[in-house]
Amino acid sequence: MTTPGAPALELRGINKHFGPVHANRDVNLSVRGGTIHGIVGENGAGKSTLMSILYGFYQADSGQIEIAGTPTAIDGPEDALAAGIGMVHQHFMLVDNFSVLENILLGAEGGALLAGGLAAARAEVTRLEAEYGLEVDPDAVVGELAVGLRQRVELLKALYRGANILILDEPTGVLTPQEADRLFEILRAMRAQGVTVILITHKLQEIMAITDNVSVMRAGEMVAHRETAQTTREELAELMVGRQVLLRVEKTAAQPGDVVLAADGLTRIDDAGVMRLDHVSFQLRAGEIVGVAGVTGNGQSELLAVLSGIQAPDDGRLTVHGRVVDADHPCDPAEMRQLNLAHVPEDRQRMGLISPFAAWETTILGYHHDPAYTGTVLLKTDAIIADTDGKMSRFDVRPPNPQLASDSFSGGNQQKLVLAREIERQPEILLVGQPTRGVDIGAIEFIHRQLIQMRDGGCGVLLVSVELEEILSLSDRILVMFEGRIVGEVDGADADARTIGLMMANAHETAAETKAGVV
Amino acid sequence: MAEDFLLMILTLDATIRVSVPLILCALAGLVVERSGVIDIGLEGKMLAGAFAAATAAALSGSAWVGLLGGIGVSVMLAMLHGFATITHRGNQIVSGVAINILASGLTVLLGISWFQMGGQTPPLTGAARFSSLSFPGADAVADVPLLGHLYSELLSGHNVLVYLAFLTVPAVWWLVYRTRFGLRLRATGENPAAVDTAGISVVRMRYLALIICGILCGIAGAYLSTGHGAGFLREMTAGKGFIALAAMIFGKWRPVPVLFACLLFGFLDAIAIRLQGVELPVIGEMSVQFIQALPYILTVVLLAGFIGRAIAPKASGIPYVKEH
Repeated sequence: MTTPGAPALELRGINKHFGPVHANRDVNLSVRGGTIHGIVGENGAGKSTLMSILYGFYQADSGQIEIAGTPTAIDGPEDALAAGIGMVHQHFMLVDNFSVLENILLGAEGGALLAGGLAAARAEVTRLEAEYGLEVDPDAVVGELAVGLRQRVELLKALYRGANILILDEPTGVLTPQEADRLFEILRAMRAQGVTVILITHKLQEIMAITDNVSVMRAGEMVAHRETAQTTREELAELMVGRQVLLRVEKTAAQPGDVVLAADGLTRIDDAGVMRLDHVSFQLRAGEIVGVAGVTGNGQSELLAVLSGIQAPDDGRLTVHGRVVDADHPCDPAEMRQLNLAHVPEDRQRMGLISPFAAWETTILGYHHDPAYTGTVLLKTDAIIADTDGKMSRFDVRPPNPQLASDSFSGGNQQKLVLAREIERQPEILLVGQPTRGVDIGAIEFIHRQLIQMRDGGCGVLLVSVELEEILSLSDRILVMFEGRIVGEVDGADADARTIGLMMANAHETAAETKAGVV
Repeated sequence: MAEDFLLMILTLDATIRVSVPLILCALAGLVVERSGVIDIGLEGKMLAGAFAAATAAALSGSAWVGLLGGIGVSVMLAMLHGFATITHRGNQIVSGVAINILASGLTVLLGISWFQMGGQTPPLTGAARFSSLSFPGADAVADVPLLGHLYSELLSGHNVLVYLAFLTVPAVWWLVYRTRFGLRLRATGENPAAVDTAGISVVRMRYLALIICGILCGIAGAYLSTGHGAGFLREMTAGKGFIALAAMIFGKWRPVPVLFACLLFGFLDAIAIRLQGVELPVIGEMSVQFIQALPYILTVVLLAGFIGRAIAPKASGIPYVKEH
């Protein structure tokens, strides 16, 4: 382990090009040993590229890496591992049908036969678990573990290989607030043992909560280094975007009207026989935003699929405009659109647009039968392009060129295209999934304002998001989902992250009991 | 009674003989698919291996030289598959089909031009063939009912490649589940990105798996032309490589169930041979064509209806592209 205070890691003049894109431009970074160092920046600012260079996935075009004062060439992950660098990727690098122990052993087997390595690993893992508070059952199958536990396996993997510089890429994206707190405790324990932690995130509250120092990236460049104690969220946000941003969403109280969508006992069982939606009932009124909070994979995606007509419910009823949808009377997305329901899907790349299609083609998907867009046989290309031009200027899509392929726009601009397509029809019901996933701060502000405007115009908005902050700042009512059920409903005005976090883990009732017991 | 028993022993004996190429090829398929490469070119590798083994054995007069020739050619085809699908990330199905067509055409073409025997190789005799090994005392007990038959007909009297094929089952099991190589192999087929981030080369693992696949297919081919048969016949693999693929799926990519799947398919084949020309109650004599089609029909039926959900290695068939 490095001495605290001395730089554990120094990057000097790192440059990296991908074709015409200058992903990292003369990046310098110095990380002191035994500290937690945050790196913030918008999507596409170059954080991930920089860390991939450090981990050996990419080689820098120029620049130097020094580890504990020694210049080190990192040509592949094996070199990074040998230099004591460990990485916990945003998407876990685990083999789902392996046990925890086998996953930890992979690549560090300690001999041609497994038996000896397994025994040694078991002892070492037990020691690490105790030292850092990382309890996991070493014999559990990874695919059956909760997300928070899988992350611990990743941490154990890095520690087992003797990592003393640990990189975490957006580690809290899939965690409940309580799991995130637990992770931070573990990271503090690591720091206390002399491990250097590099935390990549776009969540400023995390930077403020746990880091000692923070570096800000913007458009491939390192724009600032700060001691966390000497800075504020507002300053960091401004550095990230390059201008002042509004972190709070301004909105007035909701004026809910009639019920526009009613779900009554909606149930959905998937092909493997797992109950994905478990008797979900709620009502959505005109002029309100109902937020659906929950950790990824607790039925939110299936809820959106059933409400938008993509999947039929196996049980229960859905009523939209007098049309009753149930197992015997399924619906399809085209009919739902006729009923004035619009859907901004969660997975923009897969369901919101078709990557190689030009922007003007993307903006009519699902509405291509509209006589404004199509004649008897041929599309009215000129009219569609003119229409897309209008959408692009109203929604500030950059670059405003309808002929560009959909996937050549940034995440935020893609989302604006999809949003423009869905909300310019003035739907009465708007289903929105993860509206700001992979979207930069500037565009988030814009998208949030659009959603509030829709609500004020009398649309009923159902917002599904794993970003709790987003749910809290936009919703008039909040539903919390856990294992396919709605486990709680909270009024938007008096919701707080802690209560909802407990509901997301379905621990609120137990917690209340414990509290009562103590009193 | 004793005659029925002898008949049964003989059918089982035939089962063993026809199962050998299935077992070797299915295990070959198991190893590559566990590494995430689909190989429908088992058939082609086996066919080319059979031709090369027969040719080398005929020229050298040694079955062992034939075996090496068969393995060599089969491994070369496996490397071709690797070059197309691993190095150049080509479609694995297309490459497999290409290898099958290549082997089918090339064996006949070369056979005709080298030996002028209508695509056959010269008949092999003596040391150019793998001869049957007699277990000690097999002849002495051959007349003892039941156990004697069992020993002399079923266990004894096969050539060395038969015993090798059956030993390959525990060997592959041990390799896949008990060694470092096996752990990495299984991980490569499930989540190659995890293997890559652990500092292990996905490309190297997949090539190694293909080498093993080539060796096993080569042995299977050599068995057909220099052990089971006495020379190469055109299209002598007759779809066995595809049945092996079916057995691999039927056995859910696990060595021991794969063995039993191969024995089942082999048994159907052996019965089909026995049934030819036999008067059956009710049905009467079945047509030869129908009997010969029986194993293939049953393959389809079994795969469609009786194996439940077969979960392939998750990354199977997907070229690995580093992305980040």
